[in-house]
This record gives sequence, structure tokens and C-alpha cells, in this order.
Amino acid sequence: MASTTIPLSEAKTGMRLVLTGINVQGVLRRRLLDLGFVPGNVIEVLQKSPLGDPVAFRVNNTTIALRREESSQIFGNILGGE
Amino acid sequence: MNRSLATERPDSLDSLFALAQSMAGGDAIRDGIVRDIYQTSRNICREAVRYEDPKKLESTYRLDKIVTSPIWGFPIMLAILGVVFWITIAGANVPSGMLADMFGVIEGYLTAAFQAVHAPDWLHGLLVLGLFRGTAWVVSVMLPPMAIFFPIFALLENFGYLPRVAFNMDRLFKKAGGHGKQALTMSMGFGCNAAAIISTRIIESPRERMIAILTNNFVPCNGRWPTLILLASLFVAAGVASQYHTLVTALIVMGMVLIGIVVTLSVSWILSKTALRGVPTHYTLELPPYRKPQMLKTVLLASKDKSLSVLTRAVVVAAPAGVITWILGNVTVGGDSILNHLASVFQPFAHTLGLDGYILMAFLLGLPANEIVLPILLMGYLSSGAMVDTDGMDNIKDIFLAHGWTWLTALNMMLFSLLHYPCGTTLINIYKETKSVKWTVLSALIPLSIAVAVTFVIAQTARALGWVA
Amino acid sequence: MRMYTIALAGNPNTGKSTLFNTLTGLRQHTGNWAGKTVLTAAGEFVHHDVTYRVIDLPGTYSLYSNSADEEVARDYIIFEQPDVTVVVVDATSLERNLNLALQVLEMTNRVVLCVNLMDEAKRLGVHVDVTRIRQKLGVPTVAISARNRTGIDELLEQVEKVASGKIIPQPVTISYSAEIEQKIKELEPHILRLLGTRFPPRWIALRLLDGDEKLLASLKAHLDTVAAPGLKEVVPHEQISCH
Repeated sequence: MASTTIPLSEAKTGMRLVLTGINVQGVLRRRLLDLGFVPGNVIEVLQKSPLGDPVAFRVNNTTIALRREESSQIFGNILGGE
Repeated sequence: MNRSLATERPDSLDSLFALAQSMAGGDAIRDGIVRDIYQTSRNICREAVRYEDPKKLESTYRLDKIVTSPIWGFPIMLAILGVVFWITIAGANVPSGMLADMFGVIEGYLTAAFQAVHAPDWLHGLLVLGLFRGTAWVVSVMLPPMAIFFPIFALLENFGYLPRVAFNMDRLFKKAGGHGKQALTMSMGFGCNAAAIISTRIIESPRERMIAILTNNFVPCNGRWPTLILLASLFVAAGVASQYHTLVTALIVMGMVLIGIVVTLSVSWILSKTALRGVPTHYTLELPPYRKPQMLKTVLLASKDKSLSVLTRAVVVAAPAGVITWILGNVTVGGDSILNHLASVFQPFAHTLGLDGYILMAFLLGLPANEIVLPILLMGYLSSGAMVDTDGMDNIKDIFLAHGWTWLTALNMMLFSLLHYPCGTTLINIYKETKSVKWTVLSALIPLSIAVAVTFVIAQTARALGWVA
Repeated sequence: MRMYTIALAGNPNTGKSTLFNTLTGLRQHTGNWAGKTVLTAAGEFVHHDVTYRVIDLPGTYSLYSNSADEEVARDYIIFEQPDVTVVVVDATSLERNLNLALQVLEMTNRVVLCVNLMDEAKRLGVHVDVTRIRQKLGVPTVAISARNRTGIDELLEQVEKVASGKIIPQPVTISYSAEIEQKIKELEPHILRLLGTRFPPRWIALRLLDGDEKLLASLKAHLDTVAAPGLKEVVPHEQISCH
């Protein structure tokens, strides 16, 4: 099955994605890489904050929250049958 | 490589850097470096780490599902806040009274000793009624709530709850133009604004950091909220059936905190639209796994540390303040004490704010430390000639009533305490951190004008509607 | 009395400050949130008649100058060259934590890896094979629980051995893609010629390829300082004043 590439901001809670790319430059790009948002890595969407944004992601068994501004620039392929 | 690098011999760091950059070719190499390090790390972990049961590892996620859920996230936050206040208020009452009684007895002995050696009245006044009493009041009013609040706060902090608060509230701070981590520095302010100012270093962007610094004062620190508790419990909750007394007091203090948070967000919003305009910088927040705090150790250390620092501060700040207040209250010029002269100067303005001259003067003299505002006020009242029996803390309400306090006075003093300028230590830290006289002055003037405006509107409204005389 | 300097490096929330307090008996503020150590704290302790000066570096995810914190930590390790850098890692999220450890290993071989929070790992059913990590990384590796004070003796023993030179760790070299390795190889001779062996040339090459301008600035500033003899950078040592 061909997988769809979507920004993390579009992913629903519980989804798992393989990262394909990050569309930001500079310091934020490094920071995201250092936190484990590395292409090829698997990310799980854990939880939306009560007001809808930011969203918590599971990366390398750690929990990182990103605002929509950032998560909309990170792309991945949905894993599994969903 | 097309070019022959061997012929290029960079002779300075700059040309070496330029050479490296010409070879690198942008983000791809940067990504490649991080990816390869991660790959190495992953390979090691694959061999060295074994997960017994993924379910156990996910306990944090399960708790987060509740603690940051759309339905329960905010109610749980409020409930925790309320419970913390309730425990503090309920627990502090008895030891506060006991300390006050004990100091009362000691004061009696001291007075007797002074009389025995026929010490002059002014010496007895200065040392016993000024220095000793001032210190004793600060200790008995401030110490018990702090010794209870801080260990609880430390437990929450060590458990890992603070980042969840930041996670829950981030959207509000984003809307207000602040940094998401401002929720963290704000939380630190509950403990101590001066320390919270230093903790704003976690915010990288100077603009957002400045907003966090300028608004930190709007959450009550340890020096202020014993004042809030005392006033709330003495007045506003006085008309409530006694079994609900603590609960209502806690709710009122919580209300004050919520007002403080609303003001924080509003001022942040205004600043980010005016003097500190700009777009929010990027933001990543780690929600660390919950950790079981070491109950006993945390509680003991936090209460010991706090008690020690409160005692130190009581001696360093409260003792001199007590002496100064006593002098002001007992040196007479033209038939009245300096204190009364000063109070009457402030009186007309204070009255428009629903306060009185003594209260404003107490806030002024209390600049070095918020802990001493209430004790200075009491001393001011006592030396102003009001005949009040002052055996212990039980009679504080009578002292206030004798000086014409109403619910409005109590409410506005709470609001003024919540909103007015930060303490001297905090201001010094703001200057150290910003290296700017302008911003340091503003960090005092902005809250002060808000405090004046809010209390003015409330006082005028209440009087216009005939709610108070 | 002999004196060694130890730097504590690690991710936020790994219990670095707790370890610092355990070692020095001081009371750095501790808490479970990222960025709580905003200052570099210093303390001392004595072990086997040797004084150890401990520097608690800010907790960072990386040393690639994304932020002021990371620069402070990186500059300390590369320029002050502590006798031992203890990298504190969280046993419950090793994958990301080792990322930082590997970055440190590219900068210095005088490293002791300290796997902290073993009690939490046990509670969460995470088994960490410390021997395996030691073999893979090539540096002394110790499992501890700073808050329960377990494993501290073993940690001190390894720190002592590395500081005194009894052990000279041979850390693993991260192998990069052929393309990156090729570029490193081309840059290294130039770096050696310009900077000598004072700084690990491979690491410098990687930083230059990464385009780390802040490191370039720090390097220049440092070379200027060293050129003026007798000047030594002073570690900021501040205390949070709180009441």
C-alpha cells in the first residue's frame, strides 16, 4: 500500500509516522534533529493539549510538545493500516 | 570534488571555514551528521537495552492522557492549586497561633527584664516593641504557610507536573504573544519572583524573555500570599459557617491567583502588541516522564531550607524594618508621630483606592521584602495610638476594625498586594538580568499603575453603588 | 593537595543537579523540567585525598550551539578541557541521551558515562546492559541512582582512574557516510596545520562542515585569549538568591 506523506500537524492522535523530512532551516532544524525528529525515525502522536495546540509527540521514548507552527513543517508517512 | 583542494591552503580560521562551507553544501550534511550519530546511538541501544513490558514504560503517557485531557486538564490544574492552598491554610493556622503565643510570652519576659534593670522606655520600645515584635510577627505569620507550601510545591516540581502546566496553558501564552516557557517561569514565581526572574534565562528570545520578566510579578510569591491568606481568612471568609472557613479562604486565594494569571496574559498581550512587538519564536517543550518524588527527603529538605531562609530574611529585613517603623511611630514632630504625619499625607490618595494612608506606607516601607508589609502595617496601627489589646495574633482583626476596615479595604489590599511592584530583591535581579534602568523602572511602574487603576475602579464603583460607606 | 576538575554534562531531566548535590553536598535547585539549571554551578569534594572541583554544566540535548546553554557547555568542554567529563544519561531514554554522549566523545576521550535513574528504569521495566554500553562506547560506564546514592563509589573510582590517567579511554569513533568521511579527511590536515592537536581535528572538521559559526567565533576569541599569557577564563559561579 502506497503511504501518504502528511505534515505532523495533520496527523491524528494515536497515529505513528516515519519521518521523511523537515522543512525548516537554522537553529530550529538542529533543535528538532537533536530531539530525535530525524528522517527515518518513527514518531507517535500522543496527545493534544486541552486547547488543541500544542501537540505532544513520542520520539525515542521521550515526549516532546510542538506548536502547529513547527509541526506543520515536519513531514512523515503514516504507518500501519490507518 | 571538482576542485583540487590540495592547492588551496587556507591560512586562517576564516578561510578554513569558507573552504569547509564550500565542501559542505547546506543542510544535507548537517542532517547526515545528526542522523549518523543517532544511528550509532540506536545500534548501541538495540544491543544494550531491553524493555520488559512496553505498558510500564507508557505509564507516563496514560497519566498524561488524563492530566492534559481536553476535559480534565484545566479542572485538574485548578483542583491541584486549590488543594495546595487548602492544605497550606488549614495546616498553617495552628502553628501560626502557637508561634504567636510563644513570642508573646517571650515578649512578656523581655519587658519584665527591661523593667527589672530600669531600662529607659525608648530602649524597650526600640528593641522589644520594634525589633523583637517586628521579627516575631514576620516569623509567626510567614513561616508556617511557607513551611507547608514549599514542600508541596517541591513535590509537584519533582514529580514533573510543571511542564504539563506549560503544555496546558501554552495556547493562551501563544495568543498573548509570549513564549510557551513563560508558563514555567510564571510557576516559579509562586515560589519566589526573584528566582523566577533568573529562570527566565530558559527563554532565548530577548523580546519574549522581557515579557516574562515584566509580568512575573503578577503571581503571588511566598512573601505575599501569607498576606493574601491572612486577609482572606480574617475578612472575606468571616461571614461563612466555620466548617467551610478554610475552604472559602482557599477559594478566595485561588481567585486571586487566577486574577493574577489573567493580568499576566493581558499585560503580555498588550506588551507584545506595543513596546515588545514581534512574532513568537519556535518552541519545543519536553514533557519528562513522571518520577516518583522522594517524599520524605523532599519534604524535609524543602521545609528546612525555606524555614532557614525565612528566618534569615526575618532577621536581615524585618528586624531593621521593625526598628524603623517603631522610630517613625514614636518620634513626634509637632505633637504627632512622623508615621502619623506620613500616613495623613498618603491618606487622601489612599482613600480613593479604598485603602488608607498606613496601608500605602506599609507597601512603601515593605519594598525590600513583601513579607514585612503586614507587620509594618500592624505596627503602624498600634503606634498610632489606637488602644487595642495585643496579646497575640488573634486580635489582628480587631486592630483592623478599629481603623475602619471594611471588606473593601481587605479586598483592595489583597489586590494591591497581588499587583503592585516586585520586591527589592526582584528588582535588583531584573536590573542584573536586563542591564537596563528603563526596563527595571518599567517593571515596577507597569504593575504599580495596574494596581492603582484596579483598586481605584473597584473602590469608586463600590462607593458609587453604596456597597460601603 | 592534588586537584582535578570534573564537568557534569547531560540532557535536561537526567538528575545531573541531584548528582551534583550528592557529590558536593551543596543544594542546587532540583526539579523535573527542562532548563531548570540556568547557571553553571561549581562545587568541591574530596575523595582519597584528592580535591575534585565539580562543574554542573547546563542540561542540553546537544552541543551544536542551538542555544546559549549549549554554547556554554560546549565551550567549557572544548576550551577548559576538564580532567574528566562525566556524561549523565537517563537510563529510561538512552537513545536520545547517548546522542549527547557520543557528541562529547568526539570532543574528548576523558569521559565517564554515568547511567543515572537506574531505580526509575527498574520500576519501568527497562533493563540496561551497562557492560555492553562500556564495550560499545569504549569509556568507563557506571550505573547509578544519584538520589538513592547507589553506585556513587563505583563512579568515583572510575572518575579517579580517568583523572589520574590510570585509564585512558579509547572511545568509539562514529562512522559517518562515505561522503562525510571523505570531507573530514580532506579538512583534517588543514586543521592540524592551523590549530595543532589542541582540539580534536576530526571534531573541528565536523563542526566546520556543519557551518557552526558560533564555534568559529568562540575559537577565535579563545585563541586571542590564549595568545595573551597568564589569562585564564573564569568559570561563572553564581548562586540564585532567593528568600
